[in-house]
Amino acid sequence: MAKKLVGFALAALFVSLAHASEITVSAAASLQNAFAEIGKSAGSKVSFNFGASGQLLQQIEKGAPADVLATADLDTMDKAAAQGLILADTRVNFASNTLVLVVPATRNAVTSMATLGDADILRIAPGTPESVPAGNYAKAALEAAGKWDALKGKYVFGQNVRQVLDYVARGEVDAGFVYATDAALMKDKVRVAATVRSPKPILYPIAVVKGSPHEEAARAFVSLVRSDAGRNILAGFGFGAP
Amino acid sequence: MLVPLLLTLKVAATATLLALVFGLAGARLLSRYRFPGRDLLDAVFTLPMVMPPTVLGYYLIVLVGRRGWLGRWLWERFGVTLMFTWEGAAIAAAVVAFPLVFKGARAALESVDRQLEGAARTLGVSEAGIFFRVTLPLAWRGVLAGTMLAFARATGEFGATLMVAGNIPGRTQTLSLAVYDAVQRGEDHLALLLVAITSIVCIAILVGAGKLLRPRT
Repeated sequence: MAKKLVGFALAALFVSLAHASEITVSAAASLQNAFAEIGKSAGSKVSFNFGASGQLLQQIEKGAPADVLATADLDTMDKAAAQGLILADTRVNFASNTLVLVVPATRNAVTSMATLGDADILRIAPGTPESVPAGNYAKAALEAAGKWDALKGKYVFGQNVRQVLDYVARGEVDAGFVYATDAALMKDKVRVAATVRSPKPILYPIAVVKGSPHEEAARAFVSLVRSDAGRNILAGFGFGAP
Repeated sequence: MLVPLLLTLKVAATATLLALVFGLAGARLLSRYRFPGRDLLDAVFTLPMVMPPTVLGYYLIVLVGRRGWLGRWLWERFGVTLMFTWEGAAIAAAVVAFPLVFKGARAALESVDRQLEGAARTLGVSEAGIFFRVTLPLAWRGVLAGTMLAFARATGEFGATLMVAGNIPGRTQTLSLAVYDAVQRGEDHLALLLVAITSIVCIAILVGAGKLLRPRT
């Protein structure tokens, strides 16, 4: 009896695996809302795996069955390309973004890059620079301003850009670095204190993962993102053209 | 390498101490007194063992966050917050480890022969005296077993800790968080080393617990 049950369970598992014609898209956390919207109009079933771009790369490197990779920076995609993880001919930049300094909406004091050293700013949240592109851009901007090291005691690193947004929205940190598109999602809880000039361009590349068993559907998704419908949805969430 | 290990031991030790004090008090309360809602309270005390740590983390944020019920008062009154501090990590770990002490201690306290306590009472020993000089010495094995498990659980706490204390190297990054961080960054060698350290610490705890608890012949 038990053997029969195990047999059934295994059979069910194989059937469900074999029927998995849906594609998995690993995408940067900041793309969450826009991609969920785009996914609705996709022909095949699309499931999403959102996270910090560096984390997504690590997963694919270790063999995660992702079919499409979309990151929030060129560096991570370059690494994926260098390791031969993506189909080079499918790679394309599809959106751009702006880095902003946000503060809790309840904060009255004027805040800017120049005032981050003030005593009333106890905690600043960038994303972990090694795996979160928004954190990497923030680090580069702070380094360019000669402030990165001076503020070291104040950092609380977020696991992805949305966690940073959450920290600021809850008032757990006094300032954070997120994208303009993230800040727009929580207008009632966070205030954009300043637009941060990033030394590197903030571009979003997308590519089909090499060895994807659903290459055709994956290519179709990339085309969908670049189509007029896809661009409109991205623009609606505040993303710029690449 | 050493920093996350020492931090983990500090957090786990503090958490275990908290869990021991409250777990023992809870066990004493439920094993000795009958009152309406006793079963419900038992369920609530056991809840952290079965609930996802992220749910506990969320409850803690709502409670001790800078805008939480308790956290707001702490912040406005004293200018302190538990968020992103090792103390916050210890409290998160204590909540998760609490049921292990509570369950173990309750069973141990209930197994103590009440006639012995009664005898002490007729000899004029105070209630506190009875608990510490009669009941606890008879129940210590069960209490210690629960406490050891609680320490092991606190050492490995991840979910609630990440939500309450964040992941700040040198301040709140315990071993389990450091492993997560290293894997995310692709630093496999560091991850492997941290995993080895964690495994050794946990094995040491379990072997130690087994030795301490083996009945003497």
